[in-house]
Amino acid sequence: MAYEVVIGLEIHLELQTCSKLFCGCGTAFGQEPNTNCCPVCLGLPGSLPVFNRRAIELAVTAALALNGDIQEESRFDRKNYFYPDLPKAYQISQFERPLSRGGCLQIEVDGNRREIRLERIHLEEEAGKLIHSGDSIMGSEYSLVDYNRAGIPLLEIVTAPDIASGREARIFLEDLRSVLLYSGASDCKMEEGSLRCDANISLRPAGSENLGTKTEVKNMNSFRSVEMALNYEAERQENILAAGGKITQETCHWDEEKKITVPLRSKEGSSDYRYFPEPDLLPLALDSSFIKNIAASLPEMPAARRERLKEQYGLSSKEAVLFTTNRQLGDFFEAAAQTYSSYKNLAGWVQGDLMYQLRESGRSIEEIDPLRFVELLKLLDKKDINRPVAKELLAEMVLNGTSPEKLVKEKSLGRISGSDRLQPLIEQVIAENPAAAENYRRGKDKALAYLVGRAMALTAGRADPGELTKLFKEQISR
Amino acid sequence: MSVDFSKEVDYVAALARLTLEPEEKKRMAGQLSDILDTARRIRELDTEGVEPTSHVINLQPVLRDDETRPSLTLNRVLQNAPRRQRDFFRVPSITANRQPEGAGE
Repeated sequence: MAYEVVIGLEIHLELQTCSKLFCGCGTAFGQEPNTNCCPVCLGLPGSLPVFNRRAIELAVTAALALNGDIQEESRFDRKNYFYPDLPKAYQISQFERPLSRGGCLQIEVDGNRREIRLERIHLEEEAGKLIHSGDSIMGSEYSLVDYNRAGIPLLEIVTAPDIASGREARIFLEDLRSVLLYSGASDCKMEEGSLRCDANISLRPAGSENLGTKTEVKNMNSFRSVEMALNYEAERQENILAAGGKITQETCHWDEEKKITVPLRSKEGSSDYRYFPEPDLLPLALDSSFIKNIAASLPEMPAARRERLKEQYGLSSKEAVLFTTNRQLGDFFEAAAQTYSSYKNLAGWVQGDLMYQLRESGRSIEEIDPLRFVELLKLLDKKDINRPVAKELLAEMVLNGTSPEKLVKEKSLGRISGSDRLQPLIEQVIAENPAAAENYRRGKDKALAYLVGRAMALTAGRADPGELTKLFKEQISR
Repeated sequence: MSVDFSKEVDYVAALARLTLEPEEKKRMAGQLSDILDTARRIRELDTEGVEPTSHVINLQPVLRDDETRPSLTLNRVLQNAPRRQRDFFRVPSITANRQPEGAGE
């Protein structure tokens, strides 16, 4: 029997605020343990939570960017469970009345457009960080807790079961990340845990409407491991079903080392969080002008930018994707395009030589002045310098920020051209390499390339190889 | 009341990690029964046309600006820790009896 894979994702996202959701403790990553804690985020008796306005604005921003329907009134609830990452023994979350319902994200998989629907988006508080003793979470003897993270505003995004493969899940996450980065709601750093993803996955006979028994996969620490873990889990389930077995509903951990999913054995049945309305917080009413203002200030989203880049500058799909995914690179391209209209050439240099030099030098694109870059391209267009010199100047400019024009003057790197300047050089090279000249005369084209190379070396790369070739040909008549 | 709530009491006690004596269980089953009776009586009220609410105060919550304030010193933070190891709270292993269900984990 052929099966189809059904995946729903649950994404957690730390919002980019200075202070926590309900108190004034800082949110910076990598601080000394337990130094960003106060009575509120430690759950000490008598403390009361107060909403951070910015967190609500960012939550609404992210939800609008994902086409969610912002609820004019939402509510906060207590989710009760005993786990030491929560000092209060409950998490303030949203259950019955989330901040936003619905929403969707359009993605493209192998040239096909797919719409992944969202169920809901809600705001909650982040939990603390546990460090387990021993090698893994299983069989550890004790854990150490750092509550710096506890109380950071956390956005939960739940998709509909619309995703059909591990690959699709990865593409969805990449596009989601891009949208969230553009919206400015989060820095989306998976390696720092500010973006995390769990998945529900089940199989069903192809074409069936009913959902099969699902498993939940956790501990996937990169988009690549999401794809691998879900592909692995789909295959594992298919093998069980094909052999006539049944899937056990359970939670699995992705083992990054062994590349397998491992069930977390649990004594308890399904969770009972005994949600109830948070008595310490009043229901949150957002008036329509608040929502409209945020909607009006949303920046251009990646999908729109991709299309505009293609239309406005005639870029290829690949280039438009690159300049959208790598937002800073795209911004650089657009800044340079203000004063340079040969867009194709510009795009070629930005994604080719400029990116190469950035990698080589370890500089970031924000450090490069787009006007300087345009200066360089214009020197080349005017034929004031040749291509090898242009590359040299680019390296110098990226590394030290030096103006190409100034460098050309200082180092006299200007192109050497014209037969009156090159003729003596041609004669010198022929005199010094009589054998090569003779070989060319006898019909060996390779010898000509050798002569041009010698002449280029003598001008320190400043002559034009094409012009030299022409002059050598004229000089050595066959 | 004739309904026996001892199963519910066991369930809730397990969720709350409470060990109850048989006497306590019996007493609480009776109390739970009384509470549910009261709730049943309240449900008899005519609430036609009354908006459901989740809070007794009909006010807007206060929103504060996104500004940091000083946190507690490390010693104050760890003052009540049952067990401290370096600058962390130390807690017993979680996985032996229970599957981790961390927020967003």
